[in-house]
Amino acid sequence: MTVDSDDDLEGQIAEWRAYMHRRRELHHTDAEELEDHLRSRITELTGAGLRADEAFLIAVKRMGSLDELSREFAREHSERLWKQLVLPAEPDAAAAARSRRELPVMVLCAAVAALAIKVPGWFGLDLSGDDAGFYARNVSLFALPALAAYFAWQRRVGLRVIGVLAALFILGAVAANAYPLAGDSQTIVLTAIHLPLALWLVVGVAYVGGDWRSGRRRMDFIRFTGEWLIYFVLIGLGGGVLTAFTVGTFDAIGLDAEGFIESWLLPCGAMAAVIVSAWLVEAKQSVIENMAPVLTRVFTPLFAATLLAFLVAIIWTNNGIDVERDVLILFDLLLVVVLGLLLYAISARDLAARPGLFDRVQLVLVLSALIIDVMVLLAITGRITEWGFSPNKTASLGENLILLTNLAWSAWLFLGFLRGRMPFARLEHWQTRYMIVYAVWAWTVVLAFPLMFDFA
Amino acid sequence: MHITKDLVAASATPLVLGILAEGESYGYAILKQVNELSGGRLEWTDGLLYPLLHRLERLGHVESAWETPPGGRRRKYYRITGQGRAELAEQRRQWAAVVEALRGVWSTTQSIKPITAPAWEAAR
Repeated sequence: MTVDSDDDLEGQIAEWRAYMHRRRELHHTDAEELEDHLRSRITELTGAGLRADEAFLIAVKRMGSLDELSREFAREHSERLWKQLVLPAEPDAAAAARSRRELPVMVLCAAVAALAIKVPGWFGLDLSGDDAGFYARNVSLFALPALAAYFAWQRRVGLRVIGVLAALFILGAVAANAYPLAGDSQTIVLTAIHLPLALWLVVGVAYVGGDWRSGRRRMDFIRFTGEWLIYFVLIGLGGGVLTAFTVGTFDAIGLDAEGFIESWLLPCGAMAAVIVSAWLVEAKQSVIENMAPVLTRVFTPLFAATLLAFLVAIIWTNNGIDVERDVLILFDLLLVVVLGLLLYAISARDLAARPGLFDRVQLVLVLSALIIDVMVLLAITGRITEWGFSPNKTASLGENLILLTNLAWSAWLFLGFLRGRMPFARLEHWQTRYMIVYAVWAWTVVLAFPLMFDFA
Repeated sequence: MHITKDLVAASATPLVLGILAEGESYGYAILKQVNELSGGRLEWTDGLLYPLLHRLERLGHVESAWETPPGGRRRKYYRITGQGRAELAEQRRQWAAVVEALRGVWSTTQSIKPITAPAWEAAR
């Protein structure tokens, strides 16, 4: 072998490496590992008497097509690129035509959602007046079916799945409207809160294309939920600015735009934003870095510090927690936030990476939330045994226990991971499996609570 | 002889775990060993071994570390874990059951003899 062909070979390998780096599915270390393989193969082939360029060609060929390779890598490392749900697969004409139709279909779904909220108005149900209870119960039934339809179209789900989705939405509609609930009852508030949660998980079934048994697809849905929420809030902020300007400018010429805003811009805009946010998450993923994991990184240490300070303050001042009516709900929300921080840290984690400082902070956060919550629960049990169960108390207590169980077991798995006893994937697996519990609980509150508590 | 894709995929995990049970190794060496063990009949696309190794690592069956031998290239070595050994034992039980069932089938259907090489091939 001459020096010349050695240089040639290096040049060819460098070109190949640059080609690999253009694939976002392949991380730097993956490319390095594959390059080592390539070089080993070339060494063997040249040892057997081949010329360097021949050996290079054969080695590249045996490595397999780069498309197939990056597809396999993307499948294995979905946390890197959950965005690439349309894996770089066979780019055929039908798929291209489909992606052109994507925007019109999204606009159609958004329009359906926006109009749906106006339909009850034609039958004399006033949005702002006495029928506010009707809208509160049904708010999720205007936009979420359209969202599910959009995903059903986009994922090309089968008829059976479409049937299941439709049945669940109808069940939700019946549960919200068939029970004789008084406008000021506790159960109606519970339905208004839990039906959106239950139906959101139904949307999840459409999102994963009916493949709801797959843990990795469920994780994708968790990622989607976080990004969707961020987009929704951003659109809401923009909508607020738009509203302020509409009111201000029309006011300047002596016209009152408030009626239009209350009955059209706000309700229709909010419903359409549900669909548009979902579409943005799907379409713009490659433009923006995933936001939820970034926010998680920022807020995990801050929340951990706050909770620790709270614990220290309790011990220092020896003050008990004042168990008032709303305190359970406040601590439920705290657990939800902690769980969210945990989930989105998991969702973006490189599953093979070793435990680091951030993981320890995370564990501190979860543990302090657990300790605080146990203190709250102990304080509140006395109250409940004294005053009996009401729908609100039962619901918030049930939620507290569900979240507590999740976090306690998560903390245990986390500890095992930090001590190098368990792979991180166990934690992910636990979280994705636990989604069933949320679904069962949300549907129970919607369907069974009104009956259990006599529509109180 | 060409072994179908499905069979190659099904046997990949026990093969890799079995090879790693002998001692730590890296991708290229694992591939060479598969080739030797099967007498060259199991053909893998080289690159696809790595997503498999990463999957085994995610599941906790193997662990990996980058090492640089003196005067050599940086290379990623894989090592089997206790959990991986348990998985290997489990896979082995399953494969034994499959092989036994197949053996039963081969012996009851005596009529299907292993096909001898056709005359035109033998003549070559």
